[in-house]
Amino acid sequence: MKLDAKTPSGPIADKWEKHKFDMKLVNPANKRKYKAIVVGSGLAGGSAAASLAELGYNVDCFCFQDSPRRAHSIAAQGGINAAKNYQNDGDSVYRLFYDTVKGGDFRSREANVHRLAEVSVNIIDQCVAQGVPFAREYGGLLSNRSFGGAQVSRTFYARGQTGQQLLLGAYSALSRQVGLGNVKMYPRTEMLDVVLVDGHAKGIVVRNLATGKVSSHAADAVVLATGGYGNVFYLSTNAMACNVTAAFRAYKKGAAFANPCYTQIHPTCIPVSGDYQSKLTLMSESLRNDGRIWVPKAEGEKRAAGDIPEAERDYYLERKYPSFGNLAPRDISSRSAKEVCDEGRGVGDTGFGVYLDFADAIGRLGEPVIRERYGNLFDMYERITGENPYKTPMRIYPASHYTMGGLWVDYNLESNIPGLFVIGEANFSDHGANRLGASALMQGLADGYFVLPYTIGDYFARVGAKNIQPDGAEFKEVEKAVEERTRKMLSINGSRSVDSFHKELGKIMWENCGMGRNKQGLEKALQEIPALRERFWKDVKVLGDNSEMNLSLENAGRVADFLEFGEMMCLDALDREESCGAHFREEYQTEEGEALRNDKKYSYVAAWEYQGNDKRPALHKENLEFEFVKLATRSYK
Amino acid sequence: MNLILKVWRQKDARDKGRLETYEARNISEHMSFLEMLDVVNEQLVGEGVDPIHFDHDCREGICGTCSLVINGSPHGHQKATTTCQLHMRHFKDGETIYIEPFRAKAFPVIKDLVVDRSAFDRIMQAGGFVSVNTGGVPDANAIPIPKEDADKAMDAAACIGCGACVAACKNASAMLFVGAKVSQFAHLPQGKVEREKRARAMVSQMDSEGFGNCTNYYECEAVCPKEIKVEVIAKMNREYFRAATTKI
Repeated sequence: MKLDAKTPSGPIADKWEKHKFDMKLVNPANKRKYKAIVVGSGLAGGSAAASLAELGYNVDCFCFQDSPRRAHSIAAQGGINAAKNYQNDGDSVYRLFYDTVKGGDFRSREANVHRLAEVSVNIIDQCVAQGVPFAREYGGLLSNRSFGGAQVSRTFYARGQTGQQLLLGAYSALSRQVGLGNVKMYPRTEMLDVVLVDGHAKGIVVRNLATGKVSSHAADAVVLATGGYGNVFYLSTNAMACNVTAAFRAYKKGAAFANPCYTQIHPTCIPVSGDYQSKLTLMSESLRNDGRIWVPKAEGEKRAAGDIPEAERDYYLERKYPSFGNLAPRDISSRSAKEVCDEGRGVGDTGFGVYLDFADAIGRLGEPVIRERYGNLFDMYERITGENPYKTPMRIYPASHYTMGGLWVDYNLESNIPGLFVIGEANFSDHGANRLGASALMQGLADGYFVLPYTIGDYFARVGAKNIQPDGAEFKEVEKAVEERTRKMLSINGSRSVDSFHKELGKIMWENCGMGRNKQGLEKALQEIPALRERFWKDVKVLGDNSEMNLSLENAGRVADFLEFGEMMCLDALDREESCGAHFREEYQTEEGEALRNDKKYSYVAAWEYQGNDKRPALHKENLEFEFVKLATRSYK
Repeated sequence: MNLILKVWRQKDARDKGRLETYEARNISEHMSFLEMLDVVNEQLVGEGVDPIHFDHDCREGICGTCSLVINGSPHGHQKATTTCQLHMRHFKDGETIYIEPFRAKAFPVIKDLVVDRSAFDRIMQAGGFVSVNTGGVPDANAIPIPKEDADKAMDAAACIGCGACVAACKNASAMLFVGAKVSQFAHLPQGKVEREKRARAMVSQMDSEGFGNCTNYYECEAVCPKEIKVEVIAKMNREYFRAATTKI
């Protein structure tokens, strides 16, 4: 397999302009001859489906939720970055580019990141035009806040519901196109496989989740906007149904999967309270603007937070990283929290928590200001924990949140399978080994509104309209395989529920491939996962049948894929014998306990190619060249 | 704590449906309502009984997927709280809890507690948007918007489209939902351009989906997990009246 990133030549700031000119165009009158399938309706998928339809292409859009408005982008709280420099504080496209490459610990592709920073400014314009109610100042202009890993205020927000408002913006654009008949929307429909015709992605096989009916759909190109795989840990901030299935099925059809071990653990989530827990809730990183993070200096401290005097508190982020303080990047903040808890200084019943304290900010600004900024987050915290964060500090702990890894794509966001495009969190390209806060929304919308609509046109123009129908042998064969797999899952009738397997996998992954990884743990996980997978296929219990709504069956398919995918994640983590960003190999750290990169050996994208069931996938390397940003050790001190 | 559940079971849209009784044992007060149902479902699967089907996804109160009428109230009796954020500390040991689907003619049951809310999507497709294409829009700060207007738009835009307002209403009216979107755009200069067309199209679609009209009981506001105020209905009525008297 040859991985050609197709990065345009020339100065970094001119690459995208040049590439846009070099790409072929489809004549406006010919656009209606092409059809695109878009799988997923979040920020990336929703914006792409709407934009493609506006251009004149036919679009079929699929989502497993009951409405496209419910995609998990909706849960993003804090904000979206854009290099507008509205605050006159020294921001620029180049600074956003630089911060993102540095934040990603120099493991992303420079040209992609620069393009992201360039189009960031268009996104804000677009969303405002759609009627997205961003926060504003009294003068009527847009307001900004700061986020981790940046020293400028470039984050636009809509209270604590930025993801919701941006998604509803994309959903409104999509709804308009559905109403106009340019997009055919398939809600409650899950993609179960991709179909290749002559080596090009030309369709998908789906299951209607309300009726169980399996069907094929054909198009001139397939766009996957299917999100991340954080639920491999079972407990995460992802929605319950978020899964790796679409991406993993594409991988099994030959698409390379890049950097699966880069998984972001978010520092500010509500801690786990018991075994029954089904998901973890994020408390937006924006809280770190005004909240101070601390633990007691002494181990085994039992006093209530308010009874611990100032002198006996350790504000460890402010102590260790004086210039970024509580706004240190996510990977660093998460690891520091784990460190102090491992030392026995954690708080709460379980000892796995640290305080996020607003007492100073409330004293300085008054409760009404804090309520205005974070009211909904404080309410949510109180609903879940029964504690009032205006009176006692929040307790937080890191949790799986976002996955930087994903299907490998070139500069055009096309995978190594021609005609298969991958956008948003589902691809790997822009965040390197660690994503900065407020950059996920930016990337999802950049891909969907401003990148894919150009690059897919170039593909269409090069290969021409094929008018493929979903009844050829290629489709029937995939449909048969999908139905066979479903039948198999229903026929096992073992003794354990699907969830019990998912929980067990999650525990293996969290312990061995979570915030800290080492050779021994990863090798152990690589023994345990295949054994668990074998037990799953012998002993899982899936009730009901395939001709109705069947939640355990849906879940079984997703968990089965996680059971294979988790293994690849551990392989990748084992192969990468360095620490970078969110990938922290305990063997490779500086004397101060910071991530120790090995640029000489590991400055590459690890792209894994499927070789057959139970066979080790083949590793391909895309070398990362840093022409514009000088490789350096990240310092947030 | 231990609880008795009376749960609506219905195989599909054609089935008549009935309440079944289940026991929920050893429930922690820290569990969410849906985690309690997860525990019951694990137990049912163990016994070979088809698990209770209910809609849910983000479990943090923002996606609008979860529903359920709990003891007669959509999303339960806790104020400003979705079912997924409702915690068991608000229930008493030994309590009997009735769990039913959101009921409305326009929300047919698919299975058990899962209903089809696609009528909401069709209302949005009729007019819940500003007609701009991607690209070619002015700079985001080109049109200043008074903070008060932006805040009012945001208050309305907070709607999660869950449908509790419909389930609570004697008339199964969707006017709080539709009013929220109409109101959001009516407060913004970007939305004002096609305000008449929008009000007409959305109201007309709402009527044809079989939703009723508002007769001022305000049950919708009382159950709305995002505390959308009935003033959005008044705003929608004004927008609709304005549209009715404007030639377009």
